[in-house]
Parts: sequence; structure tokens; C-alpha cells
Amino acid sequence: MHDTMLNYGRFRYFWIMLVLLFGSLAAYIWHFPIGRPNGGSWLGYTLGTIGALLIVWLMLLGIRKRRYASRVGSVRGWTSAHVYLGTSLILVTLLHSGFQFGWNIHTLCFVLMLLVIFSGFFGVFAYLRYPALMTTNRQNTTRDQMLEEISELDKSALTLADQVDRSIHDVVLRSVQRTKLGGNFWAQLTAKDRSGEAVLKLRQAVLSHKPNQPEKKASGGQTLVMMVDFIGQTANDQQAESLRRLLDVMCRKQSLATRVARDIQLSALMEIWLFIHVPLSFGLLATLIAHVFSVFFYW
Amino acid sequence: MAEQVKIAVVGSGPGGLSAAARAAEQGISHILLEASPQISNTIFRYQKGKHVMAEPEALPLRSQLKFEAGTREKILGEWDSGVAGLKVNVRYGAEVTKIEALNPGFRITCADKSVVTAEFCVLGVGLQGNLRKMGVPGEEATFVQYQLDDPDEYSDETIIVVGAGDAAIENAVSLAKQNQVIVVNRREEFARAKEGNLKAIQRAIDEKQIECYFNSAPEKVDLLPVGRKPGRMWLSTPKGRAQILCDRVIARLGANPPRGFVEACGVNFPSKDPSAVPALSSTYESNVKGLYIVGALGGYPLIKQAMNQGFEVIEYIMGRAVKPADEPLLEAKFKAMPNYRSVDETLKQIQNNAPHLALITSLQLREFMVDSNILNIAAGQTIFLRNDYTNTFFSIIGGSVEVLLDDAGSKVIPLNPGEFFGEMGLISGRRRSATVRAGARGAVLLETPRRSMLKLINSVDAIKKVIDGVFIERALKGRFGEDATAEQLKEVVSTASLQKFRAGDILFNEGDEGDCLHLVRVGSLTISRQIGGKDVVLAYVPAGQYVGEMALLGENKRSATARAAINTETIRVEREAFQKLLSRNMLLRGRLQQEYKARAAQNLTVQASGAAGDVISFLVGQGAGEATDILLIDEALCVRCDNCEKACAETHGGTSRLDREAGPTFANVHVPTSCRHCEHPHCMKDCPADSIHRAPNGEVYIADNCIGCGNCERNCPYGVIHMASKPKKKPGLLNWLLFGFGDGPGESPYDPEATGKKAVKCDMCKDLKGGAACVRACPTGAAIRISPEQLPQYAFARS
Repeated sequence: MHDTMLNYGRFRYFWIMLVLLFGSLAAYIWHFPIGRPNGGSWLGYTLGTIGALLIVWLMLLGIRKRRYASRVGSVRGWTSAHVYLGTSLILVTLLHSGFQFGWNIHTLCFVLMLLVIFSGFFGVFAYLRYPALMTTNRQNTTRDQMLEEISELDKSALTLADQVDRSIHDVVLRSVQRTKLGGNFWAQLTAKDRSGEAVLKLRQAVLSHKPNQPEKKASGGQTLVMMVDFIGQTANDQQAESLRRLLDVMCRKQSLATRVARDIQLSALMEIWLFIHVPLSFGLLATLIAHVFSVFFYW
Repeated sequence: MAEQVKIAVVGSGPGGLSAAARAAEQGISHILLEASPQISNTIFRYQKGKHVMAEPEALPLRSQLKFEAGTREKILGEWDSGVAGLKVNVRYGAEVTKIEALNPGFRITCADKSVVTAEFCVLGVGLQGNLRKMGVPGEEATFVQYQLDDPDEYSDETIIVVGAGDAAIENAVSLAKQNQVIVVNRREEFARAKEGNLKAIQRAIDEKQIECYFNSAPEKVDLLPVGRKPGRMWLSTPKGRAQILCDRVIARLGANPPRGFVEACGVNFPSKDPSAVPALSSTYESNVKGLYIVGALGGYPLIKQAMNQGFEVIEYIMGRAVKPADEPLLEAKFKAMPNYRSVDETLKQIQNNAPHLALITSLQLREFMVDSNILNIAAGQTIFLRNDYTNTFFSIIGGSVEVLLDDAGSKVIPLNPGEFFGEMGLISGRRRSATVRAGARGAVLLETPRRSMLKLINSVDAIKKVIDGVFIERALKGRFGEDATAEQLKEVVSTASLQKFRAGDILFNEGDEGDCLHLVRVGSLTISRQIGGKDVVLAYVPAGQYVGEMALLGENKRSATARAAINTETIRVEREAFQKLLSRNMLLRGRLQQEYKARAAQNLTVQASGAAGDVISFLVGQGAGEATDILLIDEALCVRCDNCEKACAETHGGTSRLDREAGPTFANVHVPTSCRHCEHPHCMKDCPADSIHRAPNGEVYIADNCIGCGNCERNCPYGVIHMASKPKKKPGLLNWLLFGFGDGPGESPYDPEATGKKAVKCDMCKDLKGGAACVRACPTGAAIRISPEQLPQYAFARS
């Protein structure tokens, strides 16, 4: 029913890739050029032409994908072909070059191509691995719903903190203002969220109510214990109740924020490789043109 | 002293207003009674600046008042000046509570106890109903209101909100931002509210933004002449009596549907169905002599129709013959008929030739004919194909047709004038069960759209009986007739009956005594068994299939539980009659046993796989039980690129009709917010312009004549319809890709100048070759569309 891009049309493009690879390899072995194998022999030109056309065609996926009314195959078919035929380029271009490398535009072109292909491999891995992780992490909600709930929890936290104490309110307010999810790529990829800080700050605020209590380095769990202590010792029932609820709210928020950060991280992982793959393929196209031009210019 | 007039018009909607305007223009003594403080309250309450459309375009307007498509303000402005110019005698704030027939004449009592007597009464009260009051002393005090248009109007007040429905909660929550709000709830919880509202009010109460009195009811409301607050409400609470000082009381208690009131006036409704309309004569007169009904209440929801009726009804009352406004429309239609002479004669001829149409009034027939098409089909030409999804109904008025039950054409049933066909697709909402083509002499047919036909079936009991009878006979013959003769089936057919089940109802339980067989005619069922203390779904039974035959074949106890997945109707076949049939027909018996074996084997595989049943129950819970085509996304493959949404938007004028992210997920199967193309589309239920249709391949789509009323959006239980205006034109793809001109694919920023919103929904890309764009644009193969027939197979593949 649901099939991946890899097994499209019963692995049609996988078989095409194999035919292309074995065909090229057989031709390379059978072929005895004058001198050593290189791009200038008839086989070299043939493989070079195949490789260049493939590169141009592979780049057309970006256009096909956005031609939504197009009836030229399905996007899944194109992606499947993109993955397999893109992979086959490694061998085709290697054979085209006759394994000659140097510090020149030709090798630069080859290296760029390898970078594009290997970033693509990471893409395939990311596409097959992360979606399921993302689903598990989301627990049947959407990121917007989680963010909305966080902002609702912030509002509740402020209202509740108001009912406890001025200093607690300040802490909660600062924590609300500082809640930051996502950000630059690095922040997204490392999935850091600072919601834990709020609970720590709260603990400090609570401690300042009881100055004779010795300050200890406490983890999140211990913080909760301290809060419970405070609840036990405050005079005012109403305050204790509000504080108890405030704690629930803050904990819920922390767990949500962690999940949102993880969600952002997973989307970033599924996207980041494109920021290498796509610009480098344009670079590849430019060097490819330079490569072809220089070959014919110095012929 | 009662005011005396010739004609009293109740309700100043388009119909009533037009009637009063005609009466005023003719100098007839009249009065127009309107409950609200302005004319046409329903249209008045449209949102500001709403574009009102003037469908059906072909129908000419006949009224003293102007009406053409335009903004709400323009239309109301023209009516206001028209009413003033014609000196229409309007009494505002006059809510009619009782209409008594005096024979002759009527005595009309209003809420303020004033009385009007009239020779004739025109009822145009629409379908909105009157707002419910609190029913306690002081309910009409100046600070008590029953509506709230703009919560931002009030600030720093103490406001009591009475009610526990969505309207009350929404009002309370938005008022609480800048007011002190107290909610009075008769029950101990907010049970009737939507999920989102429930959360909002719960949170507001938790945070003490709103104070709520549960299990409490208002006893009395006082106006306080002195003091800080103008009013006081007495409450009975579980802890005793309480009094609250307040600035304002807002009671949101819903509306009384007008049917009760209309019935109290003596008007008969033909059936209990909520969509039934009272039977009216060709002059709009009800069964109460002198009481006329116009507009939506009579089954005519469009503004122009109602205005025409308002005009005509005055002409009829004055004894003038006026050709109905639809006369030119009918004439144009009938000209296609052989030997056409006049509209009236043709109508008579149709009723003579089609006995089921003789059961309806001439007014109903006229409307029926305006909606229907007359088709002249040449001999041998196909009318529809087996497995088409069309749902129109055909009456034969000339020539003959042939029904081909199988593709080979070996089994042909001829039908003659007076008979009808197409009722299977209409009622079950499934594919056509046979191919129909015109007979040797060709055929003259009346093709009626689904909506008009359903309205008629629900309004005229006699028609319903005739069609149901034929349905049962044909359905049983279709299912069992291959092996049995008509003679053998006779007893089964005559004892069969229709049974209705609501979603979740149980047809029979595992272990029950088997006394009948059910052939599903509308809806679908799930079959489940108790395994290890848990209800495990084993199969899904769509319309057209039967269940419970095994208990009639030999075993006496039911081997599984059958439950209605959605609202379902079955044909119940009694045990004795069926067993008699089986004993006379070993061929049929053998075939049933074979089918049963295949089914039992399938159930066993599902049972063995474990998870498949859970997937089926999940999907049935998401509306797969009434779907004909459902979009599913495998979340283990979906990379959240939203290319499906972009593809949808780009192939449909810029607005995506699917929301990929929304919707529930179970075992990585995600059901996005996207149209299920239901067998009986909820969106079609109440479309005044009849612009929602089903295409031959099953796509439910909205045609261009949508008037943007939003009924379908409200009726869809899956939230897949929304109102959108046409977005701006976009530049070419390369211009965007390379130079960044305009909006990119799938982007449609908010356009403040947009007007004329219409409903949009998935049409399954019926106009694009190659299938749905969302599926074709998915790069990873996560998105697929399946039909319910594939459900077990799908569930099995997922487990």
C-alpha cells in the first residue's frame, strides 16, 4: 500500500542503475584506448556525455517537484530515479575520468559531485529514519498545538504566580520572556531549550523565603522536593495551593518544551542536508560547464 | 382592541417582506409582524460586508422590492428604503406566539399580549427560530439580553452569562478579558460544548477568571432603581438561594426551532424527518385554509425564490391568476418534449405517465420539474454505467430502458413508462449497481438531482413507501436473484422490512439467537468478536453486503457482533422466509456457504495478525465507514515537506483543501484533514444553491454557483471545507525560483482586499488527468488514497 521512494515500480530504477553500472563497467574493461583510459577516448566522451546529461536531468527534479499539475510521472518516481541514477554517477564519472585526478577544475567538478551525492545519501537516510521518530515524539499533537499549549501554560503560570508572591511572579515572568525554542541552525540541531532553568530559578525564589535553609546544589528532582517543603511550611493555604498548581504547570511546560525542541531538531535534520545538497549542485553545474568548456577550448 | 387587517404577514424575511410590500403597493390593508427590531433579522445578522448572492440566476425577480447580488448593507438599505417608500405597515418587536384559525380569519397573539385579527395570514418565519428566554420573572428587563454581537463593547462590568452551550462559553470567555464574569450552569458540567470551548472555560474557572455556579438556575431578575449596580439576579444553587448584583445578564439558551410553533398553528408536516416541509397547494396555501407559507419554512431557502413567492401569494389571495415565476423555466425545459403544447398540460401528462409523481402536489411537482432535466435518449444509448458514482434519480415518462445487471449483458431487465430507476445509488450513496441504456424505441426520462429527490422522499410519505418497496425488491433480487427465481423470492421480499441503526448501535451480539439476515442498504458495519476480554474488529461490511446469513444456514447462534459504524439502514430478511427459500434452492445455499467460508477465512487472518483489527477500528472512527475515498499518510515515510498541500493549492486556484498536519495518527497511519467523499455527504445536506454534486467517479465537488453561505462548512463533521476567496495571480515558477517574484508555490498570504468568499473543498482533482495532485506530488510515497473496499487489505498490510 504505502511504498517508499526506494521500491518505486518494483525497484525499477534500481535495475536501471545496475544495467547502467554493469554496462559502463563492461565497456570500460572491453575498451582498449590508445594510451591510458581517459575522458578523451570515444568511451570517455560517451560516459562523460551520459554523466553530464544525468546531472542536468537530476537537477530538474527541483522544477518537476514544483510543477504540480505536471503529468510527467509522479514525484515519487522522479525521486526514486534521482536517488538511483544519482548514485550511479559515482562509477560513471570515475570510469569517464579513467581514474585520473589532479589539482584542476576537472577534479574539483568530481569532488563537488561526490559531496552532492553523499549529502544526498544522508538525505535518504534522514527521510527513512526521522519521520517515525518525529511521530513518536509528537504524541498525536502538532507542533503548533504544543506551542499553543506552552503559551497557555505560560499564561496560567503567570496568573498562578500572581496569587503566590511577587518574587515568584517575577521569576515566572522572566522565564516566560526567556523561553526560546529553535533559533539558528545550531540551536535547532542541538535541541537546547532553557525551560529547565525556570524550575531552578523558582527554587531559588522559594529558598529566599527561608533564608536559614542552607543552599544546596540541587537537580530538577530535588528542586521539586524543596518546593514541596515550601508548600508544607507556608502559612497561607491559598498560596500553597497556587504554588502546587504552578509546579504542575511548570513541569508540564518543561516536558512540552523538550518535545518541541526535539521536533525542531528532527525537522532541521531532515532539512539541513538540502542546504548543502542544493547549493553545491549549482556549484557542480557551474564547474561542469567550465569543465566541458575547457576541454573543448584546449582541444 | 385588536387591530383588524385583511392580510397579516408574520416574519419579515425576504418572503414576508416581499408579500407585505406587494400588499402595500396594492393598497390592501395589511400588517407585517416582526419579532426583532429590524427587518430580515437573518440577513441582518450576517457578518458586516458579507457578499450576498442572487441564485438561481435564471429565475426572474418578481417583487416590489429590489434585489440583486451585493453586500449585506446594500441589500438591507434598498429594502429599508423600499419599505419606507411603499409605506409598509411594519410592527417591530412583535413576536407572534399564537395563531388561531377562526374560520374564516385568524386571531394572532403577540408576546406582549397585543392581538391582530386578519382574514388571511402569510407565514414567513424562516427556519432560524426564536431565541429561548430564561422563563423567570424579569426576563425582559432592560439589562437582560439574549444575544451578543461584539464582546468588546463591554468593559469593567459585572456580567452574568446564563447557559452552558458553545455560544455561552464563547461569550463568557471573551467577556472575561475585561469584565467580571459569572456563569450560571444548570448542570454539573459543560457537557454539550465543543472540545476547545470546554478547555477554555475550564481553564478560566481554574484560574478564577470566571466564577461558575453549577447545578444552579435563575429564579428571578430584579431591576434596582438605586445602588451601584442596575440589576440583581436571584439564583437557586445546591447550597441554597443566592443573589448577585450585576450590570448585565446575557442568556444564551439557543433557539426554539419553528416547527413546533407552526404545528401549533394547525399545519401538518408529512413526516417526523427534520427536513420535511409542510405540504402546500400550488398557491402556497397550507392545509389550514387561508394560512399561506412562503420562504425557507416552505422548503424554498433562496432569497429570490422567497421574494417571488411573497409577491405571488398576495396575487393568489386577491384571487388573481398569476403565472408562477418559474413558468418560463419550465416552458424552456418542456419544449424538448415530443408533442409539447403547454406547461400545464405537460405537467398533467407527466403525472399521468409516472404514477409515483401523481402522489405529490402540483406545487411540489413544479419545483421538482424546475430542478429536473428532461432527457431524450436515442435507442441503445447508455444512460449511466455500472460502478458510476452518480446519484440522480430517473423517472421514465416515455419509451423504455434496459437494465443490464452484468457487464456481459446476459441479464437484461426492461423498464417501461411509469417506472423509475437510479434509486439504489440515490439511497445507498454507493456506485451504480447496473448499467442502464435506452430501449429499442429510445426513452424520454426525467432526471432529478439527489437533493430534490431526497427532499421529496422526506416530505411525501407515499413516495417514500413506493420507492422503499421497489428498493427492497430490487436489492434482494440483485443479491440473491442470480440463483433464485422471482417466484421463489416473493415471500422473502414480502416479509422483508427496513431497519435503522444509529452509529454504534448493535445489530446483533455474539451468541444471540439468529433470527434474521441484514442486507446493508445505507451506511456500513463492523464485525467484531470478544477475544481475551477485548472487542477485536475482524471485518468491515459496506453497503450492498449482507451479514448474519450463517445463523440462518445452520448454526443458530451468532458467531460475532455486528455494529453500525455510522448511521445505517438495513433490509431485514426474516429467518423463516429465508430458510424456506434455501430449502427450495440448493444452488443458492451452496453459493452462500462458499461466500461464508471465504469470509470466515479472511476473519481468521485478521484475527491472527492482531493489529489489523485495531487499524480498522481506528479508520472507521475517523470516518472511513462512510468514506468512498480517503487520504492516508504513512507517518514513517512522511518527511513533512507539505508538497501535498502545495500541490493542492497550486492546482486549485491557490487554496489548499487539505491540512496535512491536522488529524489523528494511529500506528503511524495519519488521517489528515481532507475530504472523505462520504457516501452521503454531510455537506450536501443543506446547500441552498444546490451546488454540491458528485461526479461519476465519486468526487464530491462544489460547483461555481456556490453562494458562500457556509452551511457545508458547518455541516462537515471532518472540518474539511472552508471559505476562501480567489487569491492573486502568481508569476511563473522560474520567475519565483530564480528572481524571487511574487508568492511561491503553496504560499497564499492573507489578502485584506479579498471579497466574495466561496466554499472550497477537495474535488480529488477530477479535472486533472492522472489522479489526485497530493498523492502524485508526494516524493516519498507516504500519501495514498484508498476506498473502503480496500480497508481490510490495507489494515492487514499495516499490521
